[in-house]
Amino acid sequence: MKLARVFLGSLAKRRIATLFSVTAIVLGVALGMAVQAVHESALAEFGRGLRSVVGEADLLVVGPRGGFDERVLAQLGERPEILDASPIVEVEIAVSGKPGTLQLLGVDVFTLGAVTPVLFPRPTGGSDRFAALADDAIFLSAGAQTALGVSSGGVLQVPVAGRILKLRIAGDIPGSADNRRLAVMDIAAVQNHFARLGRLTRIDLRLREGVAPGSARTALQAALPAGLQIDAPDTAVEQAGNLSRAYRVNLTMLAAMALLTGGFLVFSAQALSVVRRRTEFAFLRAIGLSRRQLFAWLLGEGAALGLAGGVLGVALGYALAWGAMQLLGGDLGAGYFSGVRPQLQFQPLMAAIYVCLGVVAGIAGAWLPAREAATVSPAQALKAGDEAALFEGRGHPLIGLLLLLASIPVCTIAPIDGLPLGGYAGVALILTGGVVLLPAIAATLARWLPARSAVPARLAVARLGAAPGNAVIAAAGILTSVALAAAMAIMVASFRESVDQWLGQVLPADIYLRAGRGTSGSFLDLALQEKIRAVPGVGSVSFTRYDSLRLAGGPTPVTVIARKISPDGHELPLVGDSQSGSKPAIWISEAMPDLYGWKPGQQLEIALGGRAVPVHIAGVVRDYSRQTGSIFINLDDYQALTGDRLANDAAIMLAPGAAAVAVSNALTALSADGTLEVAFPGQIRAISLKIFDRTFAVTYLLEAVAIAIGLAGVAASFAALAVARRREFGMLRHLGLTRRQIGWMLAQEGALAAGVGVLTGLLAGGGIGYVLIEVVNRQSFHWSMDIHIPWLSLAVFGACLIGLAALSAVAAGRQAMQQDAVLAVREDW
Amino acid sequence: MLEIDQLTRNFAGRSVLRQVSLTLDPGEYVAIVGESGVGKSTLLNLIAGLDRADSGRLALDGCDYATLDDDALTRLRREKLGFVFQAFHVLPHLTVLQNVALPLWLLGKDGAQADQPAQQLLQAVGLGDRAMSWPRELSGGELQRVAIARSLVHRPRLVLADEPTGNLDPANAAKVLGLLGDRIREAGAIGILVTHSREAAATADRILHLTADGLGA
Repeated sequence: MKLARVFLGSLAKRRIATLFSVTAIVLGVALGMAVQAVHESALAEFGRGLRSVVGEADLLVVGPRGGFDERVLAQLGERPEILDASPIVEVEIAVSGKPGTLQLLGVDVFTLGAVTPVLFPRPTGGSDRFAALADDAIFLSAGAQTALGVSSGGVLQVPVAGRILKLRIAGDIPGSADNRRLAVMDIAAVQNHFARLGRLTRIDLRLREGVAPGSARTALQAALPAGLQIDAPDTAVEQAGNLSRAYRVNLTMLAAMALLTGGFLVFSAQALSVVRRRTEFAFLRAIGLSRRQLFAWLLGEGAALGLAGGVLGVALGYALAWGAMQLLGGDLGAGYFSGVRPQLQFQPLMAAIYVCLGVVAGIAGAWLPAREAATVSPAQALKAGDEAALFEGRGHPLIGLLLLLASIPVCTIAPIDGLPLGGYAGVALILTGGVVLLPAIAATLARWLPARSAVPARLAVARLGAAPGNAVIAAAGILTSVALAAAMAIMVASFRESVDQWLGQVLPADIYLRAGRGTSGSFLDLALQEKIRAVPGVGSVSFTRYDSLRLAGGPTPVTVIARKISPDGHELPLVGDSQSGSKPAIWISEAMPDLYGWKPGQQLEIALGGRAVPVHIAGVVRDYSRQTGSIFINLDDYQALTGDRLANDAAIMLAPGAAAVAVSNALTALSADGTLEVAFPGQIRAISLKIFDRTFAVTYLLEAVAIAIGLAGVAASFAALAVARRREFGMLRHLGLTRRQIGWMLAQEGALAAGVGVLTGLLAGGGIGYVLIEVVNRQSFHWSMDIHIPWLSLAVFGACLIGLAALSAVAAGRQAMQQDAVLAVREDW
Repeated sequence: MLEIDQLTRNFAGRSVLRQVSLTLDPGEYVAIVGESGVGKSTLLNLIAGLDRADSGRLALDGCDYATLDDDALTRLRREKLGFVFQAFHVLPHLTVLQNVALPLWLLGKDGAQADQPAQQLLQAVGLGDRAMSWPRELSGGELQRVAIARSLVHRPRLVLADEPTGNLDPANAAKVLGLLGDRIREAGAIGILVTHSREAAATADRILHLTADGLGA
């Protein structure tokens, strides 16, 4: 271990390179850790909240959003497996003058105690024992009271069907998780107020002792009407986890890219350090250090860098997680856990894994330089000037090409457990292929550059052509970060452009109206629909009704959207053509073929209105709102099949000459204040794009970090190379090159190396962007998009990086051009 | 003509070079010998224009170094000086021919104007067939011959050789020294060879001893 002083002491000696390497690993680990910590905390909080509304139920009967026939409860009551069954009507409600929404559960207090006692309402002191049965009494959890700024004795104003429903706050829910925004009312009251008469949305079941939930689930499922499903209590937590998992995995992969860039930086620093210490290693080998010991100690240097980076990274990760949760919320701005306020929790196992990842990155970065150092013969290394022979190789272009080619079949691998692992492997192959091809690209580029030019340029080009391996050291980090940034820029630009076009297609009306912030508890009844049609200036109105479907084997409910649709479906953002059929037509979102294997032209049965209905799949549409799948059906067909005449939204076309603002005001005035929301398509579009940009805010941060790491890599590489080349600069000064000319030469070397990195990075980024769009996004979120390349932004970005790299090369060389360096050519100085 | 008159250089209050005087005519090739630390490298740096004397005069072909700024001294080196170093300092990323042509590139010559004289000098030092080789493919003796060709290709007025055989075996050292002397004399340049080696010094026309008291025969 005494040799630790020789090797690890070297890290302390080259402080700047060590600092850059550790910083890179710190950032990579910290970003990954932060994403993980935020998400795990949010999911844990979500699960805790969910368990508090499920209580001690063994199984849950769930159905469409609009509910199912309450006679199912009586059917289940006769089943021998069931001990108790507690019916629930769940609606989401808005409260006038208060932000956000509230989850309202209509409960049967007589069965609640046996199955879900945590939901039991507690009347305040003055209330009688039957207060919970009152038609206007609502009970709020502590989280809801805090969020709404209300307390027992107060009144909530809830918009329903264009009027205001006044509910008295009669007490609280002592068993509810603190942070959950939850309300409880008598089930009959909820059915009555929210148009759910004779309907339930959930039944919580307790099984008799000795009945296995698995077998009971199978038996009960077979007896249920179409469209109902038996779930385990944790299913909703799993669904939430599934829903957000793709987003989390994608963010984690971005963090992994940052860590990979950090690994390249360790590689650069170690490669240059090994060059400078060749004579030292040769001496150690000469006095008895074995090849294996040398290799192990150099790996140890990498591991030490990784360990330091891993430990600091985990600490920084938790700090970032805390900050991100304060700023962006538990879903990092993506909207998966709205309303959930998670507490950050330290996870020792996860922290240990991330520290290990840092160590692995350090060791991986140090591997090649260590192997290089261990294979050099001591006699050769003891010769002065031998370092010149290093990094002159042109790599293995054939291997690089094979790696790139291998990415094609790998990307066609189907998602594994819902994750696009083939896509990620393809990204890794493209990146590795790009790095392996870098020397050959550098050498080819050098051949294309003009042979006759000013001496500094000629020397810079000659160096690039003759020692392209140098370019790998300096440019590998920048290639990785540019590829990542370019790929993300292409993906985000394509996505944004496609979403923008899609919004244009789905928002053709002049005015949009929705009931009570789009909550499930709000709706437009027939009277209100007539009033809307009768507003002066309204030309035509198209109403939309939302429901949901539970499909067997599906991860989450599928949204049903009933609206006016022509037989050819031209009002929809179609992907391909519509196919006509004899049965009622439905159009499915792109997620449906991926998740359920449904195809256009197929005939099948779906559960609508509590019965199986034969339908014909007329086509596929884009739906960027719902990654879990959606079904579009003509409103007339939906109403005929279900008898449901309610609506949630209205799209209004103005009569010729009507003033939009006047019509908007008249529509708003149709109902009690705040119950109807009216918006123009421009507003909806702006809000949608704002939400889109917020969702991708984290990815921009990750990109910026990766680029900073890449640039730091260039600076560190040139700093180390400049020191190693002091004698060369000295000789050039002897021959008559001015300091300015050497500075210019270094600037051009920096620009060339960065240029090769940027060029290869952009090419690799284009390939990775394509994989992200066509494989990763498609498999993670199940939607397609049109490719849109932000040429100008990428060109400006590339030029800026090249300029910054040139400046960093000059800054690195400035020290090496001082007078003492000029004199370094002398052996006896 | 190189004129050195009463040249003195101090470092941190210590006199490293004290009142050194020397005059050399074109075609003269001298060796300067002396123990380590007597100021050989300091004298070479002053002659090369890489350092400034504290007192005394230094002029090449009548051009007083004291009147030249850093850029002018750089031009002087580019046009009138040639260097041969102990560690060769041949650029690894240029071919042998390009290394020799480098001083001509700096003088704005290109293409045949640079390649032809470089090829001729390579021929003269016995490396005519290695023009397109890379430095890594050459032996130490060959590399030093490349350095000699590079030092003379632009027909300098003064060639400074600092321990040019320090990294070579005796046989190669003899060859290189013979070649260096011959080429300097042929070019009519002034040659200064700084060395510890008596054998190396003996190849020069004249041997000068540098001591703490100055430069003497």
